[in-house]
Amino acid sequence: MSLNIIVLAKQVPDTRNVGKDAMKEDGTINRSALPAIFNPEDLNALEQALSLKDKYPGSKVTLLTMGPPRAADIVREGLFRGADGGVVLSDRAFAGADTLATSYALATAARKIGDFDIIIGGRQAIDGDTAQVGPQIAEKLGLPQVTYAEEIQEVKDGCAVITRRIESGVETVSCPLPLVVTVNGSAAPCRPRNAKALMKYKRAASLTEAGVDEAMKAMLESKPYLKVEEWNAAYVDADLEQCGLAGSPTKVKCIENVVFTAKDARNVPATDEELEALIKELIENHTIG
Amino acid sequence: MANFYTDNPELKHHLSHPLMEKIVALKERDYADADKYDYAPSDFADAMDSYDRVLEVVGEICGDIVAENAEDVDHEGASCSDGRAHYAAGTKVNLDATRKAGLMGMSMPRRLGGLNFPVTPYIMAADIVSRADAGFENLWGLQDCAETIYEFANEDQKQRFIPRVCEGETMSMDLTEPDAGSDLQSVMLKATQKPDGSWVLNGVKRFITNGDADIHLVLARSEEGTKDGRGLSMFIYDKRNGGVTVRRIENKMGIKGSPTCELVYKDAPAELCGDRKLGLIKYVMALMNGARLGIAAQSVGISELAWREALAYAKDRRQFGKAIIEFPAVSEIISTMKAKLDASRSLLYECARFVDVYKAYEDIAKERKLTPEERKEMKYYSRLADAFTPLAKGLSSEFCNQNAYDCIQIHGGSGFMKDYACERVYRDARITSIYEGTTQLQVVAAIRHVTTGTYLSRMEEYKAMPFNEEDAAVRATLEEMTAMYAKAVETVDAGKEQPGFVDFMARRLVEMAGFTIMGWLMLQDAARTRGFAKSAGVFVRWAHAQVAGHADFISRFNPAEVEAYMA
Repeated sequence: MSLNIIVLAKQVPDTRNVGKDAMKEDGTINRSALPAIFNPEDLNALEQALSLKDKYPGSKVTLLTMGPPRAADIVREGLFRGADGGVVLSDRAFAGADTLATSYALATAARKIGDFDIIIGGRQAIDGDTAQVGPQIAEKLGLPQVTYAEEIQEVKDGCAVITRRIESGVETVSCPLPLVVTVNGSAAPCRPRNAKALMKYKRAASLTEAGVDEAMKAMLESKPYLKVEEWNAAYVDADLEQCGLAGSPTKVKCIENVVFTAKDARNVPATDEELEALIKELIENHTIG
Repeated sequence: MANFYTDNPELKHHLSHPLMEKIVALKERDYADADKYDYAPSDFADAMDSYDRVLEVVGEICGDIVAENAEDVDHEGASCSDGRAHYAAGTKVNLDATRKAGLMGMSMPRRLGGLNFPVTPYIMAADIVSRADAGFENLWGLQDCAETIYEFANEDQKQRFIPRVCEGETMSMDLTEPDAGSDLQSVMLKATQKPDGSWVLNGVKRFITNGDADIHLVLARSEEGTKDGRGLSMFIYDKRNGGVTVRRIENKMGIKGSPTCELVYKDAPAELCGDRKLGLIKYVMALMNGARLGIAAQSVGISELAWREALAYAKDRRQFGKAIIEFPAVSEIISTMKAKLDASRSLLYECARFVDVYKAYEDIAKERKLTPEERKEMKYYSRLADAFTPLAKGLSSEFCNQNAYDCIQIHGGSGFMKDYACERVYRDARITSIYEGTTQLQVVAAIRHVTTGTYLSRMEEYKAMPFNEEDAAVRATLEEMTAMYAKAVETVDAGKEQPGFVDFMARRLVEMAGFTIMGWLMLQDAARTRGFAKSAGVFVRWAHAQVAGHADFISRFNPAEVEAYMA
């Protein structure tokens, strides 16, 4: 048995090591000040796909990422780790998309890739933290979904057997193919880049990246495996009304900068009464609860 | 989120040495693989870019995974049960990561599944791995044994074993026995040929690093009734065939993640590697030379860690109202550690480049006849590699121990506790000057290059190389050291009639040669990258004092006084 797997991956600003230039005056992210990285939970998702490929030789792993042309980095990172190919979904028409418009665009691209058994993505991206895109894609494609997955154990009798991380522990579910899976950060970390794949694909590029460089274009022509696919809205037959800003009902009203103001430490005696009073206070001011 | 390659620009300095262009062209046969393999380079820049990228992966794995696991691996250690050795949990994770990254069989040719890397970038990976976890370097670095199969086994054996190593199967070299340590001529493990021509092994091996490996190289006595090295042959034992069990593993002071096994061979099927009777005199010697370069890399990696741990602690620790690094007594220790680290690393890569050139020619010689110029060059570099390998192994391992000692000293009382990495560094460092030939045996290997003048003529070559005018004073000191060394060699030679005198002075002469050569190399480093100028100055001042001390000892010594040292 071999599987056709799509991995959803997003290039995100590295919000884990935020310096003082990370935010602009207006409260939006200063993308140029933060390194662009492979969204961490999408790497967990990629590992699940690659493990399935190890288990079921002949399986094919295709990365799908939406973003500006430089998101080809994501496809290359995937190729270095063992993916078979990838698509950058890139069009000005997709700009400004909220989760609804994003999932619409990705769903149309997944249909274009076609004939897939499993779509795997990270639970959420560290720039938006919504965890909505995966489930919305499942809805748009009319597929079952398994969220918070920690391990796709196996595929048998047309069903994927998946362990999920839930609040009180883990549960194992079985779900018929094709399906959408979103993977939790507690899943196995992604394998490292492979030396041979790295050397083979280091020059992989999209036509946009090749630009006017004739030598590079000739190389992509002669070695098609190095060409990173780039699809636009027309290519995936997207309805422009549902794309980008036009297709995004989410409107940002304002962004508030939250500055923590407390400066003093307070010593609380370790008695039952004092601790209870503290807990009540924290509940009342909504610090906890 | 650490990367042990990119956080250490000194590595790139050594990787980009001018001789690399020649090395890569030879190793890549003028880039003939480019059309056959999609991961082969098409020119020099392409090859260097690939080494750089792959080393960046090594650095990432080492920083994020191997170094993170090092403490747990040290505590848990390897274990032994049911006749098998078992790795610590962290070791398994490390091995899995290096396998998936395709970092096994790095120097093997592509047709056998390798990356076809020259020795220099491979040794750089070993340097990086050792900084992360010295014990893990033992397991990962044993891929070097594949080199022996590649050089001496037949084509069928190469085809069967080397791709397995490249896929990540581990190796061991089974040499030592209870009564055959440094003296391998005394090996007793018995190889018996059966009527059908196949071989079985019987006996015991001891102190075998990674002794439960998938593929073993075994030194055994194939010629019944012989007692010396000429009765020994090299065998390949495949664990899949069974017949070897692990009786126990040693409880060691350091490198605890690497299982050191006592092995029992009971009619273990094995196959002859190469020709009979050449096991020790040819193949083990080649194997050991590669292994010694590996230990030199391990020593440099440990030195790096020791220096970094000391530096970080000295910046952080405050006494008398300031960070202790602000006290001259402390900062002198730390800059001397760095100077010794830089010096031993320069020697390591100089040696690796020599090995690269002559090995590439040796390999080319299997395909076609070398031109007279090529043969001459091969001999030249082969001799230099032979001279520099014991220097690199001997002196880097001693420096690494000194740095580990100093690292604890910088930590003060805290360094004596189990709370900081430095105590593990200290324990791990200790073996480097012992195994693969003690420092004393490296001196034995090096001394003939003192007496035949290999070192001195190389020093003269360094003297003729261009340098940065700002380092003129350092260079003047080096000239003085070279002269002191030449004179000391003459003085010792004049006393050679006295039994034991040359042997007695050998360590001093070899150290004088080694320290002086390291100094010349650092002058070269400083000429190419100004960042090395400081370290070069610190090292040469230190080295001059050592060389002058030895020169003084030798000049005042009456050869007859050697008797006072006889036990």
